[in-house]
Amino acid sequence: MNQRHTDSIGDYLHNFPGGLKLKHHKALSCSKPLPAAEIPLSREYVVPITQHLGKPTEIIVSVGQSVKKGQALSKPGKSGQAPGAQVHAPTSGIVTAIQAMPVPHPSGLSSPCVVIEADGNDSWIKLEPVKDYKSLSCIELIQHVRAAGIVGLGGAVFPTDIKLQSTSCSIDTLILNGVECEPYISCDETLMRQAPERVIEGALILGHAFNITNILIAIEDPMDTCRKTLEKCIKQFDADDLITVVCVPMLYPEGGERQLIQVLSGKEVPAGKLPSAMGVLVQNVATIAAIHAAIIEGKPLIERLVTVTGAGIKDPQNVSARIGTPIADLVNYCGGYTPSVARLIMGGPLMGLGLQSDQLPIVKASNCILALTHANIASKQTEMPCINCGNCVNVCPAGLLPQSLQMVIRADNFEALESLNLDACIECGCCDYVCPSHIPLVDYFRYGKGEQRARAREKQFSERAKSRFELRETRLEKLKAERLARHQKRKQALVGSADKKDSVAAAIARAKARKQAITDQQASSRSNPENNSSSGSEDHS
Amino acid sequence: MTAAVIILTILALIFGLALGYAAIRFRIVGNPIADKIEAVLPQTQCAQCGYPGCRPYAEAIAAEEVEINRCPPGGEAGIKQLAELLGKEVIPLDEDVGIEKALPEVAIIHEDICIGCTKCILACPVDAILGAAKQMHTVITDECTGCELCIPPCPVDCIDMVPTKIDINNWHWHKPIPITTITDAGISSNIQSSEQSG
Repeated sequence: MNQRHTDSIGDYLHNFPGGLKLKHHKALSCSKPLPAAEIPLSREYVVPITQHLGKPTEIIVSVGQSVKKGQALSKPGKSGQAPGAQVHAPTSGIVTAIQAMPVPHPSGLSSPCVVIEADGNDSWIKLEPVKDYKSLSCIELIQHVRAAGIVGLGGAVFPTDIKLQSTSCSIDTLILNGVECEPYISCDETLMRQAPERVIEGALILGHAFNITNILIAIEDPMDTCRKTLEKCIKQFDADDLITVVCVPMLYPEGGERQLIQVLSGKEVPAGKLPSAMGVLVQNVATIAAIHAAIIEGKPLIERLVTVTGAGIKDPQNVSARIGTPIADLVNYCGGYTPSVARLIMGGPLMGLGLQSDQLPIVKASNCILALTHANIASKQTEMPCINCGNCVNVCPAGLLPQSLQMVIRADNFEALESLNLDACIECGCCDYVCPSHIPLVDYFRYGKGEQRARAREKQFSERAKSRFELRETRLEKLKAERLARHQKRKQALVGSADKKDSVAAAIARAKARKQAITDQQASSRSNPENNSSSGSEDHS
Repeated sequence: MTAAVIILTILALIFGLALGYAAIRFRIVGNPIADKIEAVLPQTQCAQCGYPGCRPYAEAIAAEEVEINRCPPGGEAGIKQLAELLGKEVIPLDEDVGIEKALPEVAIIHEDICIGCTKCILACPVDAILGAAKQMHTVITDECTGCELCIPPCPVDCIDMVPTKIDINNWHWHKPIPITTITDAGISSNIQSSEQSG
């Protein structure tokens, strides 16, 4: 490691609590170079509309429409809502269907997808690369990243533009996460070995736009060739004083964002806060390479490196696969399954997701397709009661108390759960792995998190219903008052007209009285005419 | 003797004044117990409990006029929470008032049958139905509490209750089912069958 004059993040290595030393199993897929030619086009691509963490995006193509490679298929929802990452056509062809189809998701439920039948031409839309990335401000960079539909490719698939936006241009350290600590997965290592310039230049693009003074590329100890390639490439870009390669000891789950920051800085990112609070931005190396492609080549995120590996695959290797490729096509490209294959997993053996079928499409989150044999899979063990051995506490990288969490979740005691910080759990599976009672701890935590969120949603909904009910009550009240007031007014108007009647009657009475007076006078004037004429002139005046 | 009487009288006066002041100064506005009960109730405003809304029911519970088991939308979980809050026994839901639904429901209006009479709009306690006289009405699904109050007034029976759909956005992991009940023989036969199929 390079020595520096001032102590900054990455100068010394520290520890995070817990963690596991696991067998690597990476040589299986990583020993081979990337295939020079692209894998053959599939007949059909199924592109799920929601491949990111967040709100669904809006579909902007229709059935029968022909699309070019790289054309946007969806757009982020209305501003104001949290925008999602848009998806793009992986090849040119015709949109044959827009419908709910099975996607790689633990629920096994379907989700809206755009199906594109490839026309074989594979022709791009007009690409608009940025000529000089040094002219980009951080806002412009974020716009490019958004248009390219880039999400965190380490596995969390959180929209990168939102992550960059939330850092609000106030960071000084960029950590490129190439740790890839989960066994079997080697797509990031392959990327760094075979295309280091994309990672390094990508880092420079981000570093320039965000005025970053310290860029670290974190890789694991055993990746020595990777370190040499990266350092050579850094020299080529003349970025020695800006970019440093740091080898961290091999320990699962060091590739977790918070764990990596802790190893490099010795400080824990406070619960509920983002790393940007410490002036740090962590990006996976594959995400950086995608940003590089978006800026230098103008290409949206339509392909990614996928590790196809495991004892169940004949010819394990890393391949560059387009989003939407059926997993079966990738497996066939890698020689197909071995006879002993038993289980298909997307992701690694600890955090991965069991797949129901190999007809599912590759999505932005698919870093690895792992086919295991029976020999690899531990047989399902009977769950025994917790014996409070504390092994799970020792290995938890987030410093939680898995056994207490498990007990309160089992009892559905969600009030007690609030003080145990379940949200900090990264579902790494370490506690599961060491539990001598075979308790599926992570399954409990996933249930607990889901239920907690569902309850919060319900609470919010009932509060809204209450306020709507109250608003309606006050409105009805007001209407009633208005109606009453109107009635009152009308009544008064009626009373007023009664007065008029009285006045009319009074006028009639007065007129009658006068008439009476006149007739009386006339009667008297017949007897006395002089008096009559004088009284008549008085009347007229 | 006299000194003691005088001192005690003065003390009584001082405390009396202090208490009187506190009673005015720290006066509790509203009914805090009813507030807490209302926070537990689901706010569907469905009136199945026999009260014209969640607040009146909460007030009735607070006044101990009524049992805590008359809220079908709150269900067993709600009764449990109320029992915990009030230090009462958990009792089963009163089936006379209704049954707990497995999934929350929302109303939908069959728009080709609707005649636009506005009766459902007047019945909706949370203003979740949109429409005007002799115009088609529709339910704002996100705001519908599933109270069913719009169903009886409809003269053409065009409102249905449908369970809310579970999709990828609102799905979450179910609670793990412990496999302690499976016998060893069951496990080995499971493995064998999966081996055969694999």
